[in-house]
Amino acid sequence: MSRYILGRIASMGLVLLGVSVLTFFIAHVVPADPVLVALGEHARDDQIEAYRKAYGLDRPVPIQFVTYLGRLARGDLGVSIRTRRPVADDLGEFMPATVELGGAAWLVALLLGIPAGILSAVYKDRIFDHLSRLGALAGASLPVFWLGLVLLGIFYYRLQWFPGPGRFDIVLSPPQVRSGLLVVDAALARDGAALRNALGHLALPALTLGLFSTAVIARMTRSAMLEVLYQDYVRTARAKGLQERRVIVLHALKNAMIPTMTIIGISFGSLLSGAVLTETIFAWPGLGRYATASAVSLDFPAVMGVTLVVALLYTVVNLLVDLIYARLDPRVRYG
Amino acid sequence: MPASTPASATDRLPLKRARRGRGRDIVRAARRSPLAAAGAGVVIVYALLAVAAPILAPHAPVTQFLEHRLDPPSRAFPLGLDQLGRDILSRILYGARLSLIIGLVVVVLGGVVGTAVGITAGFVGGRLDNVMMRITDVFFAFPSLILAMAIAAALGPSLTNTMVAIAIVTWPVYARLSRAQTLVLRRLEFVEAARAMGLTDVRIIVRHVLPNALSPLIVQASFNMGEAILIAAGLSFIGFGAQPPTPEWGVMVSEGRDYITTQWWVPTIPALAILLAVTGFNLLGDGLRDLMDPRMRRR
Repeated sequence: MSRYILGRIASMGLVLLGVSVLTFFIAHVVPADPVLVALGEHARDDQIEAYRKAYGLDRPVPIQFVTYLGRLARGDLGVSIRTRRPVADDLGEFMPATVELGGAAWLVALLLGIPAGILSAVYKDRIFDHLSRLGALAGASLPVFWLGLVLLGIFYYRLQWFPGPGRFDIVLSPPQVRSGLLVVDAALARDGAALRNALGHLALPALTLGLFSTAVIARMTRSAMLEVLYQDYVRTARAKGLQERRVIVLHALKNAMIPTMTIIGISFGSLLSGAVLTETIFAWPGLGRYATASAVSLDFPAVMGVTLVVALLYTVVNLLVDLIYARLDPRVRYG
Repeated sequence: MPASTPASATDRLPLKRARRGRGRDIVRAARRSPLAAAGAGVVIVYALLAVAAPILAPHAPVTQFLEHRLDPPSRAFPLGLDQLGRDILSRILYGARLSLIIGLVVVVLGGVVGTAVGITAGFVGGRLDNVMMRITDVFFAFPSLILAMAIAAALGPSLTNTMVAIAIVTWPVYARLSRAQTLVLRRLEFVEAARAMGLTDVRIIVRHVLPNALSPLIVQASFNMGEAILIAAGLSFIGFGAQPPTPEWGVMVSEGRDYITTQWWVPTIPALAILLAVTGFNLLGDGLRDLMDPRMRRR
């Protein structure tokens, strides 16, 4: 097992090196000039020269890459051209908001998707199954940005059940920062008003972002459940006279979760993708919005920083999923 | 997949009977998977509307009727007008054309490059296979929209660059799929026989491996069409894809976002168009996969 883990970590290192090469390459094949974006089209030649020198843009590309890698190894992601702050500081500031939103959306997807998939398989070809499959199909095909607009339009503008865009009302004083996750910090500070406000702000974006993954997880759980419900050991469990609920939860679900785990890991990627659109609509101050703003202003250090961190997060999550998978399924051979 | 009749046999059959046989195959497939049939129906209607947009659209997509701005759906303008007084029906039809082109270009570009890489890697094996698969690993490490956004931003916001960006994001899936197929196929007897007959590798790949590896690639292409339409709309929504006044569906939702509570049809109709088109391709992909997977037939 430990050899398997070491092997997976080594290949993760290779992938991350490839990721940094790719992001760097993307940033350097650009036809647009980041210097003109930063200084404006009327910048003088000497200003442009000074700027290029200050940010190392005057050196040959391979040397820029080697310098970049060296800095990366020290945790230095460079300085953002747009905010003029270290990219690592920016990421540290915006990351908790995305983690909070992504975590909440993931929770929504698991709590809705897995039960929907199980019930759909158990009541196959009945009305619940048809409705759930239709819902899953629509959820996987719906443009997330429109869903966000509709939820905001109905529940904020019209009904005023939830607070508007943003992460927290400015009239309230935020809880003391401990984890950076407002909901957790408010709970730790036992500040009921702050907790309600943070949860209220989180609800609509989490629902918006979680819907796509809910659909994917529901579909996978359904088909994995159907696969195991036909197996001999399930028939044996029933023949032994076990309660149907026990058969489904203890015998079928346990085995159906193995393929579902992989999809849960992969769905994390679609959550990160969806976060870009969801954060834009809900003015959520996270990595997605930071990435969009940086890409618009051709702020390459920031774009490279975000893509690198997102790829790192995604790769680590998938590694963890693989390890859980290997633990759950004795058929997976390792070592 | 129903096995096709060898050409030499059909030559002798009356043409009418051969046609009737094929028609019966389609009806049988549709009965076995009504969802695939529904998906195919949606996709066919959508493709026809897209192709015939210039004939069907009552107005040019940029013609303005300023005195009717934001008018609700009516007999004269069945899907209403947007904030600049443009006919939404006409824009939706022209938008269908654009999204169909986006989907096709992405599938062809990503599919051809990915399949070529995958089949070569699987067939040649060894170090080349290893290197190529590690490259696909790198692409899989990125969530698709984020990588597409970085590429689109680097190339500059435009429809063409959007297509290139999405194709770059999608080719690795085809590479993985076609490699997996090739690994199985290259050990089969007919490939061995072809090799024994002295056929070149290229000929074996093109004539024997590729045609037999196509089924999962076609299923993937159907899903990919839907995915490409969604990503392109998302990129346009945040400003990296098509630019106004292009009648692209994502641009239309973005331009109409302020009217969601007052003139709901402005952003909602293009969003429903996206939903319908993507659902069609997803249904078709699901259905084709079920038809091609014998294990799924009993469900």
